[in-house]
Amino acid sequence: MGEITLRDAVTRGLTEALDTDERVFLMGEDIGSYQGPYAVTKGLLEKYGHERIKDTPISEGVVVGAAVGAAMAGLRPIVEIMTINFLLLAMDMVVNHAAKLRYMSNGQIQVPMVIRTVTGGGAQLGATHSQSLEGWFASVPGLKVAAPSDPYDALGLLRTAIADEDPVIFAEHARLYQVRGDVPDDYYAIPFGQAKVKRAGDDVTLVAYSRGVHTALEAAAILEKKGVDAEVIDLRTLRPLDTATVLASVEKTNRVIVVDEAWRSGGFGAEVASMIQENAFDSLDGPVGRVAGLEVPAPYNGTLEASALPDASQIVSTIEDIFGI
Amino acid sequence: MDLDNSQAVQLYEKMLLIRRFEEQSGRLYMQGKINGFLHLYIGEEAIAVGAISSLRDDDYIITHYRDHGHALARGVHPNLIMAELMGKVTGTSGGKGGSMHIFDVSKGFMGGHAIVGGQMPLAAGLALAIKYRGEDRAVLCVFGDGAVNEGSFHETMNLASLWKLPIIFLLENNLYGMGTHIERTRAGGKDIYLNADAYKIPAAQIDGMDVVAVRDSFTEALERIRAGEGPVFLEAMTYRFVGHSLQDPQSYRESAEVDQWRIRDPIDTFREASFVDGLLDDGQITRIGERVDAAISEAIAFAEQSDEPGPEALFENVEG
Repeated sequence: MGEITLRDAVTRGLTEALDTDERVFLMGEDIGSYQGPYAVTKGLLEKYGHERIKDTPISEGVVVGAAVGAAMAGLRPIVEIMTINFLLLAMDMVVNHAAKLRYMSNGQIQVPMVIRTVTGGGAQLGATHSQSLEGWFASVPGLKVAAPSDPYDALGLLRTAIADEDPVIFAEHARLYQVRGDVPDDYYAIPFGQAKVKRAGDDVTLVAYSRGVHTALEAAAILEKKGVDAEVIDLRTLRPLDTATVLASVEKTNRVIVVDEAWRSGGFGAEVASMIQENAFDSLDGPVGRVAGLEVPAPYNGTLEASALPDASQIVSTIEDIFGI
Repeated sequence: MDLDNSQAVQLYEKMLLIRRFEEQSGRLYMQGKINGFLHLYIGEEAIAVGAISSLRDDDYIITHYRDHGHALARGVHPNLIMAELMGKVTGTSGGKGGSMHIFDVSKGFMGGHAIVGGQMPLAAGLALAIKYRGEDRAVLCVFGDGAVNEGSFHETMNLASLWKLPIIFLLENNLYGMGTHIERTRAGGKDIYLNADAYKIPAAQIDGMDVVAVRDSFTEALERIRAGEGPVFLEAMTYRFVGHSLQDPQSYRESAEVDQWRIRDPIDTFREASFVDGLLDDGQITRIGERVDAAISEAIAFAEQSDEPGPEALFENVEG
């Protein structure tokens, strides 16, 4: 057992896959000679060479498309797309191709590939570099979407992603790479569709994923001082979604707030809120609360940007407003 | 023509099989037995047959949505394609793909793809896998003139050349992207093969109405590709004798233009040239026609007698 960063956990997952499976190779912009835009692939080119650590042109469509094709031919590509904003340039390859080929070929084709990408805001990168778009991909049958919040989950989910027979979007939050946590030396993997109770509590459920989990935990610490015992659930994967863990918690606490960094309108939090009211309406003491990104493109100015993102105080005040606690 | 008798029989029979298959598909569409979109390959048969007859069984083929001709040329069974067109459980994709999405992985037929240009990046990936494994297989990537203004075309050409991927780019230039003439959509005009020079890919324009010319160009291109020298680009000039799809009123072109091209019908011209060269005689021509008609009748009967997929099929193969 050792404490490592989320960045190191991802690097470890990649290294392990490269060591154990000849079919695995990495492709992306500046992952080799530059050592990775977020330094996740640091040292891999020297260790594995250009055939397996492929620097690509800035050409997201063909990079993702070539990964789909290589997966169709039986390899297991792992693509790095520098940020989820740039993944929009490959949307056709992800949604119209990767997600559809198994179904349209009636199982003749499999597309076992992972798209690692960086999501989220809060780094003053402006409107085109700060979006949380993983929820868009989570609405597409044929795709799987994982979004870890700590090093343990990052490694466990990445192992599952690489072993999966379908395309996986693996969203790493830009602001979480330095998060530290214990990761066992012994092998483990985290199945998709299993949320984690990060903090047990009886009074209110906070449902979140990725960086939102940290915001929710911060809120739980504030709430504790007020005598409110919050339960924090980390979804870990958006698709498949672990509805059972969320519903069991809501049935216990009777109050729930869904936290999501993406915009409120059509955000993934809306799906979670809808799922809860459809399945646990009678358990609810009040409406399903939501704390989400404000409906603006991310501003560059740090104060303005922070005001558009969910924070712990908004969670606390939303609970006060809805439940009076 | 530099062919023997059995090669002539094969080329003629494949082209005729495609023509008759497409004619009957059109008829079945009008009867409401085939639905959705139906894009026929009539007039372009020499390209698929010439190209695919030069490939090895372990080469990959990936193509666009006008895909019946390529599938038939590859030897995908007509019964299975016809059943797919009718949405039956016995079809190539159990009725879940349809006309634009024919797959037969057992034959290296990696699909008809219905987003214009979308198959091109996938072709790069198939070729990358071949290169990664150190094999000497090739990928045939077929696309139309409509695809060449898509980003996926340019991105793929660049990557394929940069990484010396074993791809033969086959452009079927039938002059129209749906109903808009190439001269109205492309700054460089209709000679698209010149574009390959920008990516340092050897290229040629070939007569897509001449099955032997297509085949010979392919044989040469494949030698280069299998030697690891990177992609080749061939632009086959051709023409759709029918509309873009069965929904197309063809208001955008004059019937005189269609008639001009029909004079160069690839099947008629090949049959006549083979007859003159003594490669096909009247008896063989008659017997080939009978065999093709029997195969098409069998395909239609097979498809009509096959079951619709049951409700259990709905959620099958969404994920593994």
